[in-house]
Amino acid sequence: MATVELKNLRKTYLTEEIIKGISLSIEEREFVVFVGPSGCGKSTLLRMIAGLEDITSGDLLIDGQLVNNVEPGKRGLAMVFQSYALYPHMNVYKNMEFGLKLSGMPEAERRAKIEHVARTLQLEPYLNHKPGQLSGGQRQRVAIGRAIVRNPKVFLFDEPLSNLDAALRGQMRVELSALHRKLGATTIYVTHDQVEAMTMADKIVVLQKGVVEQIGSPLELYHHPRNLFVARFIGSPPMNFFSAIFQGGDAAGSSVQLRDGSSLYVPVTSPGLLPGTKVTVGIRPEHVELASSGPNSGVVEVIERLGAITLVHVRMPDGEIIVVQTDGAVLTDVDTRVSLTLPPRNCHLFAPDGVAFEACHRHPLAA
Amino acid sequence: MALKTKTSTRIGVTILGWGIALWLFFPIFWMILTSFKSEVQAISTPPKLFFMPTLSSYTEVFERANYWHFALNTVIVSVGATAVAIALAVPAAYSMAFMPSKRTRGTLLWMLSTRMLPPVGVLVPIYILARNTHLLDTCTGLAIVDMLTNLPIIVWMLYTFFREVPAPILEAGRMDGATRWQETTMVLLPLALPGIASTALLSLILCWNEAFWSLNLTSSHAAPLTAFIASFSSPEGLFFGKLSAASTLAVAPILVFGWISQKQLVRGLTFGAVK
Repeated sequence: MATVELKNLRKTYLTEEIIKGISLSIEEREFVVFVGPSGCGKSTLLRMIAGLEDITSGDLLIDGQLVNNVEPGKRGLAMVFQSYALYPHMNVYKNMEFGLKLSGMPEAERRAKIEHVARTLQLEPYLNHKPGQLSGGQRQRVAIGRAIVRNPKVFLFDEPLSNLDAALRGQMRVELSALHRKLGATTIYVTHDQVEAMTMADKIVVLQKGVVEQIGSPLELYHHPRNLFVARFIGSPPMNFFSAIFQGGDAAGSSVQLRDGSSLYVPVTSPGLLPGTKVTVGIRPEHVELASSGPNSGVVEVIERLGAITLVHVRMPDGEIIVVQTDGAVLTDVDTRVSLTLPPRNCHLFAPDGVAFEACHRHPLAA
Repeated sequence: MALKTKTSTRIGVTILGWGIALWLFFPIFWMILTSFKSEVQAISTPPKLFFMPTLSSYTEVFERANYWHFALNTVIVSVGATAVAIALAVPAAYSMAFMPSKRTRGTLLWMLSTRMLPPVGVLVPIYILARNTHLLDTCTGLAIVDMLTNLPIIVWMLYTFFREVPAPILEAGRMDGATRWQETTMVLLPLALPGIASTALLSLILCWNEAFWSLNLTSSHAAPLTAFIASFSSPEGLFFGKLSAASTLAVAPILVFGWISQKQLVRGLTFGAVK
């Protein structure tokens, strides 16, 4: 098992810089997820680690060794591609054997390894099948098996589940997590699906436009997003935002005035901010509480009942929509007037440049 | 396309298809027919469709010229030119398909544009080059020229076939530790085999039927089948029976070969269309 270290990694295509200086260290046995919207550079970054893309500048170290100019096959990595990229002309056995054969492993040893992996992944009945005869989930397993047999130092996954249907994706997610626990291999996983990121990662790296927005554990990102982008990207349905005026703060919190004139005292520090500055208040739908009367009232515009939970879309007097996630059995109906309570401890404040104010108390699960 | 095509349209299309096929095939059919006529029957007006077939033209052709000598030259030249062209075109198409640069498109178009020049435009320089390198009237010389004339089309075709191979499959090979050579021979070529086969077939046909350079760069030693046909066209006036017999003998092998491999050829040529 191995560590991976990225030091100020950059990538320029023609004249455009795609990866703008990324530094990151990945510990042994860690499951790291690169997440971000399409075009954020997450796949490019993974391919640079794999050796499939050149590194324009910066250092890439695997197990402490500089590998910038090492061939992909000699870096000790294995990759699972989004399209699986199985060799269509070889059967499952030969697909898994290819890398081992190239490395010069003796036949008997190869067979033992492949059979062992095939048993783990329940691929034994398909060893003589060609990829074209397999279902999506089975192909996915073969791709994973082909990676495992090589016993790599680091596993790379490039959106491996995005071609599967929702049910299978959920199942494979659990299987991959279990597999990671069993193998204990360092893993780098790219996805645009935040559920995959939240459920599987030890550490999430949020990327946007080739820049790291935040690195942290899933719950750290959820409870303490460092800026508006991360706050908006992590969590579903996304966080609600509305503007407010900063009034003043002390060591225990900051006070802001909302548009309807009411005040909110949020436990975040705001060093150096001038009263009267426009700030953004953020609160997750699951933290807003519904009340039948009180301040912050609005009209229910849409109700989405998902069974266990209900999403209530409330149109506020200033025209903004606030989404509230509440109990599945809530009786509120469309066009009725409701009041919203915003528990201050769950509110986030963002400065005009989008950076979040530091919370006075860290969430116990995101220490 | 609509699920149910009207019967009348279908009949129309069938008739049209057969019409075009017969139109294209008629000259070949007439050539073969004429080759079995006597010289008198061959030029009789109105042309005779029914007659007593005779092999006299064939016997005379075989008496007058060494068919096997010409045929062997053609085989050597076409197979040699095709093999070398494919060997050169695979790396070229590989780099264009998988490592395209700003100039790839331009290069491809430029290569194709060389086919637009009438060959006679470069006859003198090529003739002099061949003479100075002592390649006149040699199979090597003719094969080199044939190979170079077909290279643009072959690169272009292989390029399109390679583009059909998903790049991640090759990258998977690289991740598995394959060198460029192993990646090409063990992953790419097996996947692109139908395309390569049809490209090679097309190149063979083009070389086999190539006449301009054959007539200008060879005389006796390396003369291929096209020169064999030409040798029956002039000296004592036109003898259509013998000319037809010679032509039939010249095209028969490639015609049969094409017929056998037509499935492969069609599959290759429509490779990108289906899938």
